[in-house]
Amino acid sequence: MIRVKDLTKKYARTVAVDQISFEVEKGQIVGFLGPNGAGKTTTMRILTCFLPPSSGSATVAGFDVLDQPLEVKKRIGYLPETPPLYPEMETAEYLSFVGKLKGLSGSELSRRVDFACERCAVTDVRKKILGKLSKGYRQRVGLAQAIIHNPDVLILDEPTAGLDPKQINETRDLIKGLAGDHTIILSTHILPEVEQTCQQVIIINKGKLVATDSVENLQARARGAESVLVEVAARDGSLDLAAVQKRLEQIRGVSRVQFKTSHANRDVFEVESKKGFVRGDLARSVVEAGWDLNELRPAAMSLEEIFLQLTGGETPAGTQEVVAKGAD
Amino acid sequence: MRNVWIICRKELGSYFVSPIAYLLLTMFAVIFGFFFWNALGYFVLMGMESQMRGQMFPMNLNEEVVRPLLSNVSVIGLFFIPMITMRLFAEEKRTGTIELLATSPIRDVEIILGKWLAALILYACLLLFTALNFAFLFRYGHPDWKPLAIGYLGLLLQAGGLLAIGTFISTLTKNQIIAGAATFGVCLILWVLEWVSGYETATWAKVLSYMSVITHFESFSKGVLNTKDAIFYLTVIFVGLFLTTRSMESLRWRS
Repeated sequence: MIRVKDLTKKYARTVAVDQISFEVEKGQIVGFLGPNGAGKTTTMRILTCFLPPSSGSATVAGFDVLDQPLEVKKRIGYLPETPPLYPEMETAEYLSFVGKLKGLSGSELSRRVDFACERCAVTDVRKKILGKLSKGYRQRVGLAQAIIHNPDVLILDEPTAGLDPKQINETRDLIKGLAGDHTIILSTHILPEVEQTCQQVIIINKGKLVATDSVENLQARARGAESVLVEVAARDGSLDLAAVQKRLEQIRGVSRVQFKTSHANRDVFEVESKKGFVRGDLARSVVEAGWDLNELRPAAMSLEEIFLQLTGGETPAGTQEVVAKGAD
Repeated sequence: MRNVWIICRKELGSYFVSPIAYLLLTMFAVIFGFFFWNALGYFVLMGMESQMRGQMFPMNLNEEVVRPLLSNVSVIGLFFIPMITMRLFAEEKRTGTIELLATSPIRDVEIILGKWLAALILYACLLLFTALNFAFLFRYGHPDWKPLAIGYLGLLLQAGGLLAIGTFISTLTKNQIIAGAATFGVCLILWVLEWVSGYETATWAKVLSYMSVITHFESFSKGVLNTKDAIFYLTVIFVGLFLTTRSMESLRWRS
């Protein structure tokens, strides 16, 4: 549905987007992830034909953004970071104006306005002035505006930014509900959002593509080794850190033991091991030494950690693999 | 064409939903009403004086009331035009709605024409108020309507040109005040350029004076349809709108 190849966008002094390539299949929800200023908005603006690329190509539904912008625009619904609302218009009037802009007319137009209002739950503010709507409603009117002409592709730039938690959940559900009919690209710097809504992630940082893969794969790949968090406590209150560390290291299969934190007389260690089951040995070993085992839980890498690994300076061994696989 | 009309309707909507249109209409009506009252008062006085002296020199409503009033309107217009055009693009850029227009399946030219047309229609609404005053002349006197019609055509052409320049300037900034002030400055310069012809007859002075929008209104105010002057205004309109399309395009390349 969307095909981006070697896309580059240069401004006077900076390179905002640097040779990005990715593809998005029909019907998918793709999370576009990156810290602020990574080039997310620029990429989206290129896809929506708002900005022309400096080099490289982008096609939407088979139409090139430079050669046939009108065809691309017909097939795209776009919600910029701040919803593009005219404060003096009423909701229904605004949606009808946008519908006309997108080429709708007559009974189809009013049908689509009704549909979009219903879908985005803004029916109760149809006759309200947009300037007086709350942030949550504005965002939903923005979404309604994007789906008014039933586009093949929806491009949403930080659709949940600035909303309260309840509104964020509603918006996420709304986006998930839209997925069946549309291919959706949404940008965000909030990770749980991607974990919850998207099937695929594209991570960019400083204009460069860092990884593109499914959420599960990304998690699995970053976790080359298994790691477990162990919380150990001593009954009499004195725990010899070095002794615990040594004992843990002696367990078969353990490759690394790292002291994490300590509260009161409870200490938390992260134990890395090769794939396989070492938790039983771990528990037995701790208890046999006369300590208490307060907690034992897998330290599943959240997308957050992967993200930090990929975009931050530190690149542990596991990450290189992701980058390599992500790039091809 | 359909798209031009969609944009135009939307712009007219925002003029008339906000107080801008009503403020401009009221101010214009009051100012023009005052001018009209003065012009007529002077005319009546002259008429009485000529009667008292017993010498009946010919008095002409068109020459002595309509013509100076039309010239006045063309000057007042200079002050109103920046207020009409300053928000056209500056506001869309500030609120980000320009992104909606620019990502809709509609050409830049259509957006620009729609906005310019809406501005021209608002200006025409201002002129309607002057027609109200002139209607009294027709009720109580017998002015010729043809020079008046040509005068109106001239006013519309002149405003069309200045509005096109204002539209262009509005694309250059996000700040309405800056757009308005700059447009006012340019309008004023295009107006006073004519002054150099008063003391200088060299070629450069002729060129400068030719560029003045007032120079070309002269014939229209007399009720003469001069093709050269009409073409001058049409050229200004074209250049203004053309610059706007270039500016909008560069907006995409720059921002």
